[in-house]
Amino acid sequence: MTTPAPDPAVPDRAVPDPSWDRLDRRAAVLAAALYTAGPVVGGALLTAYWVAVGTSLGTALAWTVPPSVLAVAVGAGCGEWMWRVTRYHVDTDRLHVHTGVVFRKRLALRRERIRSVDLTADPVLRVLGVATVRVGTGEHAGAEGTVTLWPLRRDAADALRATLLAHAARPVPDAEPADGALARFDPRWIRYAPLSFVPPALGAAAAGGVIQVSEWFGRQDDLFAAVGSWFGLAPVLLVALALLAGLLLVGAVAALALWVETWWNHTLDREADGTLRVRRGLLTTRSISLEESRLRGIELVEPLGVRLAGAARVDAVATGLTTSEEDKSESRTLLPAAPKELADQVAAAVLREPAAPTAAPLAGHPLAARGRRVRWALAPVLAVEAVLVMLGLLLTPVLLHVAWISALVLVPVAVALALDAYRALGHALTGAYLVARSGTVRRSTVALQRRGIVGWTVRQSVFQRRAGLVTVLATTAAGTGAYAVRDAGQADGLALADAAVPDLLRPFLLGADDAPARVTEHQRP
Amino acid sequence: MAGVTAPSPDDSPKPALSLRPPRHAVDPRAVGWWTWQLVLWTAVAVVPLAVLGALLPPARLWLFLPGGVIAAIGALAAVTLPRLWFRHHRWEVTDQAVYTRTGWFFQEWRIAPLSRIQTVDTVRGPLEQRFGLATLTVTTASARGAVKAPGLDAETAAALAADLTLATQATPEDAT
Repeated sequence: MTTPAPDPAVPDRAVPDPSWDRLDRRAAVLAAALYTAGPVVGGALLTAYWVAVGTSLGTALAWTVPPSVLAVAVGAGCGEWMWRVTRYHVDTDRLHVHTGVVFRKRLALRRERIRSVDLTADPVLRVLGVATVRVGTGEHAGAEGTVTLWPLRRDAADALRATLLAHAARPVPDAEPADGALARFDPRWIRYAPLSFVPPALGAAAAGGVIQVSEWFGRQDDLFAAVGSWFGLAPVLLVALALLAGLLLVGAVAALALWVETWWNHTLDREADGTLRVRRGLLTTRSISLEESRLRGIELVEPLGVRLAGAARVDAVATGLTTSEEDKSESRTLLPAAPKELADQVAAAVLREPAAPTAAPLAGHPLAARGRRVRWALAPVLAVEAVLVMLGLLLTPVLLHVAWISALVLVPVAVALALDAYRALGHALTGAYLVARSGTVRRSTVALQRRGIVGWTVRQSVFQRRAGLVTVLATTAAGTGAYAVRDAGQADGLALADAAVPDLLRPFLLGADDAPARVTEHQRP
Repeated sequence: MAGVTAPSPDDSPKPALSLRPPRHAVDPRAVGWWTWQLVLWTAVAVVPLAVLGALLPPARLWLFLPGGVIAAIGALAAVTLPRLWFRHHRWEVTDQAVYTRTGWFFQEWRIAPLSRIQTVDTVRGPLEQRFGLATLTVTTASARGAVKAPGLDAETAAALAADLTLATQATPEDAT
């Protein structure tokens, strides 16, 4: 907005009357009680275990049951209080919400500013037939533009969502009636789930969890002794590898479970009013709406493992999407890792383009960029080797052997990653989009609407200057705020920026007479 | 020789396309401001080391040595960098866009069109106030698109901010 934006959430003086809607009382009380019960029962069991070890079971119960019951009752009371203080009402131009357990909040969101209405239901809420509704204006990621209604009956939540997003209903120019499914869930996509850094991370977390729990019960030493005794059974290296494999296996299983929970029954629809809607989740179901007018482009993300399996993920590049704090990255994802051709089709369908801009042929970057990548990749390897060699010379020759063996492995890996990173580099202008690709561990191809570009940042370090390279960043209101064309040739990069947004860069360019023509010339066959 | 300055596609297939420097240099007083900034930052690191070194004779060498190294680097930076920055920090406001160039080692050009500007601020730190300087900050809807012009004369910056605010209010376009 060019003028100072009016506060999206002005405290208003509207007085609640009986016509105002309320939360679901039964669900509020029960859900609040159940949420409290989870940690309370866990803590009570642990306390009871310790008390019972010292005294008797009766004493343990006497010590733990009354406080637990009290805590759950307090939880239920909070739910009841939440129901009492919360009322909401939709009138012709505003959504009014009065709420707040501790601080009284009165919000009035202007309906035409409401950009997202997301529905979430965890297992507790699903059993109770209710959902959490999060309404966002998309103005700021902070709390001001967002209001949460918890819990609402499922049908009331759906109705509210439909009412609040109805203002987006407007005829979209030159668009066929394009409502319907853009992507349907395919359980076979699960094969891409373990191909990431998630399994090792989850495996490590599982090991840490086991150690922590054993400590709570005072059995940590037993655990370490048991694991230590395994090393007597076989050569040390073998046991270590087996342990590692076991952790990875646990991590992989956990990754599969996480994927199923997150992505089960995923559907991506375009509703009649043009709003994109993602629905997914096995236990906790989510419905995420993305108004088409907020879409500024698409990002095709290929993490290394997923890319080697020929798959890609599709993320939306949209303004004001980070309203739900919990899963910032996942709420952007329109399609989980799926076969590349499908990802391209979905990208094209989302953007209403005949062909996906992300699949367009890209102009490569100068060879100097390859040298930079090789140097970046080798520098950390060199640092590690230098430390190993130095310590090896000072302390023990074993480290020298570690040094040359690790160098034999690390140097080719580093060079391979660097060359792959260089191959990834590319840019193009296709119709309405600026397309840029980079990265090897996380290869990202972004297609940014040219009209969504709100400025340019051009960067050049001393080294880049000598190599004739520039990094051009298109700044935008959407997504991460800026998308980079890394290490393009100086003339190519500037010509690209000049051609992408006419007349913006031109007054500041030297030697720019034939610039726009050159961009298309340099496309790779 | 008419054809010397105008490269045609025939004689040079890839003429060096480059960004011209913005029109205005920052205020010369910025050199003093940057120097003081560097001196103060160095002092923050060096003074505690020196004091501790004076109080703890056994550890003197290991406190004075890094202190001395930091002081030398700081002094060198305070002498050289502000002059370098003065040559490279430049700014320009046209009726279409705000255009700045900053940095020397990592040079950065930023361009924000007036039609996409959301806020215009001037910020004056305590040290900047002593030197009669201000930093003009122009933000767009992008979280990473702010254009900053540090080291402007305070009055120039205030006048620019007022002009820019007027100019951007006149633009009806949606800035996102």
